[in-house]
Amino acid sequence: MPLSVMPTSRKGDGDLSPVAISAAGLRKSFGDKLVLDGIDLRVPAGSVFALLGPNGAGKTTAVKILSTLITADSGELRVGGHDVAVDPQAVRAAIGVTGQFSAVDGLITGEENMLLMADLHHLSKREGRRVAAQLLERFDLVDAARKPAQSYSGGMKRRLDLAMTLVGNPRIIFLDEPTTGLDPRSRHNMWGIIRELVSDGVTVFLTTQYLEEADELADRIAVLSDGKIAAQGTADELKRLIPGGHVRLRFSDPAAYRTAADVLREVTRDDEALSLSIPSDGSQRELRAILDWLDSTGIEADELTVHTPDLDDVFFALTGPANLPKQPEENVR
Amino acid sequence: MSALSLAVRDSNTMLRRNLLHAWRYPSGTLNLLLTPIMMLLLFVYIFGDVMSAGIGGGSADRSDYIAYIVPGLLLMTVGSTVIGAAVSVCVDMTEGLTARFRTMAIYRGSLLVGHVIGGVLQCVMSVVLVGAIAVAIGFRSTDATALEWIAAFGLITLFALALTWIAVGMGAASPNPEAAGNMAMPLILLPLISSAFIPAETMPGWFQPIAEYQPFTPAIETLRGLLLGTEIGNNGWIALAWCLALTALGYRWSTAQFNRDPK
Repeated sequence: MPLSVMPTSRKGDGDLSPVAISAAGLRKSFGDKLVLDGIDLRVPAGSVFALLGPNGAGKTTAVKILSTLITADSGELRVGGHDVAVDPQAVRAAIGVTGQFSAVDGLITGEENMLLMADLHHLSKREGRRVAAQLLERFDLVDAARKPAQSYSGGMKRRLDLAMTLVGNPRIIFLDEPTTGLDPRSRHNMWGIIRELVSDGVTVFLTTQYLEEADELADRIAVLSDGKIAAQGTADELKRLIPGGHVRLRFSDPAAYRTAADVLREVTRDDEALSLSIPSDGSQRELRAILDWLDSTGIEADELTVHTPDLDDVFFALTGPANLPKQPEENVR
Repeated sequence: MSALSLAVRDSNTMLRRNLLHAWRYPSGTLNLLLTPIMMLLLFVYIFGDVMSAGIGGGSADRSDYIAYIVPGLLLMTVGSTVIGAAVSVCVDMTEGLTARFRTMAIYRGSLLVGHVIGGVLQCVMSVVLVGAIAVAIGFRSTDATALEWIAAFGLITLFALALTWIAVGMGAASPNPEAAGNMAMPLILLPLISSAFIPAETMPGWFQPIAEYQPFTPAIETLRGLLLGTEIGNNGWIALAWCLALTALGYRWSTAQFNRDPK
């Protein structure tokens, strides 16, 4: 199909797939606390979008607004082709939401929770039973299906929660911190589940405070800080925002550290960790040059690590007062 | 699906969920029944001889006193049972499940309707249970016709509907289930300062208005009249007005709380 025939976004910035979620100028405040200060987002259908930010950045508020749970103060929002303010019920029919806190009925069994969702999606008895059984199987909850949901572990509750979200076969899914509080194995399971969803063509909007998670799952990432989008792009694009990597030298002897810091002027000091960072792109040639330089000046570090820029650097650089060695530290005592 | 059949279907789903909770955890409802049952046994078997001296001009005995207090205790049972509704609404509102319901394309009022109808059904079952105990210890309706039984049943149901809506509003307005339980406490205390245990005329003069101008007294007097043939007067209309007013108030309050943006 020629590209020009496909439905395009308003911006037409080269990404020509249909838009599942879009926000323009989204603002929200609670009382006099401004939580979202004019946010613009665009999520192409069938992609994974990660909203990344520290606690209190406004991630959950953004999800609550886009999923029709609360109303925005202003902004033009469209989800699944419907205006959120004008036709929230149509939006609800298109989405599935798994919030930060488990939204399962603890007093009834996992299976009854699934059947409750099936009833609320107006599936027939038979269809409801079929879908429930299938999802319980897929989320490895068959053994626990007849037990009250309040007896489930955190990971099981999260899986049941997501399984309930999938009952209506939504094309757009919001996941608010889907892996917060899960152990590493459960987290990897959850990632697998999310990847599976995407391979079925579902659009996923997730929030996370884990950079690794955004890097693993998301096609596009927006970094939210203090209610504003600090940066937006693919993981690679974001990493490019941060000037190259560095070689980090760590010392255990304060005297050796001070000597080295005096000799190597073009470095970033971290006096507390007794470590120095030398800018480097991590190539073999540069690394050899640095080692030669260290040898020639007689500096011997206790530990040398090569650090290529990752999303952590982006995150810390973009969100709030940086407390990383990345920033030149001016305190030369 | 039309809007109405959608509303009925979703409300029915929520009602079944509510009843499933009650079925799985009957101890919650049964605990709430302890107060009216204890009151019944206490006032009949411990205080009964003395209390009966205060009614009917001193000629009454214990069996007359049973007849006197049972209508009040049946309505106290309603007041007690709806505390459970306040707590379970609050549990729903403070957990993530309500947020999930709100983001689904379902009839928005279904959760509240499910709670209210479920609450009224539980009230009726509780009243039947307490009524059975009352009959077992000697309560007899002296002159109720079939029509009066139906009216009595209707009054109890309407009274339950009114108090349940109020309790649902309390549950929706409370920050946590403990607070919801506390807020609903007056619903079980009000009967104590009504004409449930002693006639309002025998109370100190300054207190009589407090006993008279509250929903329990006219409802109790009406129920007493229907079951035992005492004078109802205009208590029937006053009770009806109380029920309708409380239902309207509870409905407005609950829906306003529910439609408010959650934090």
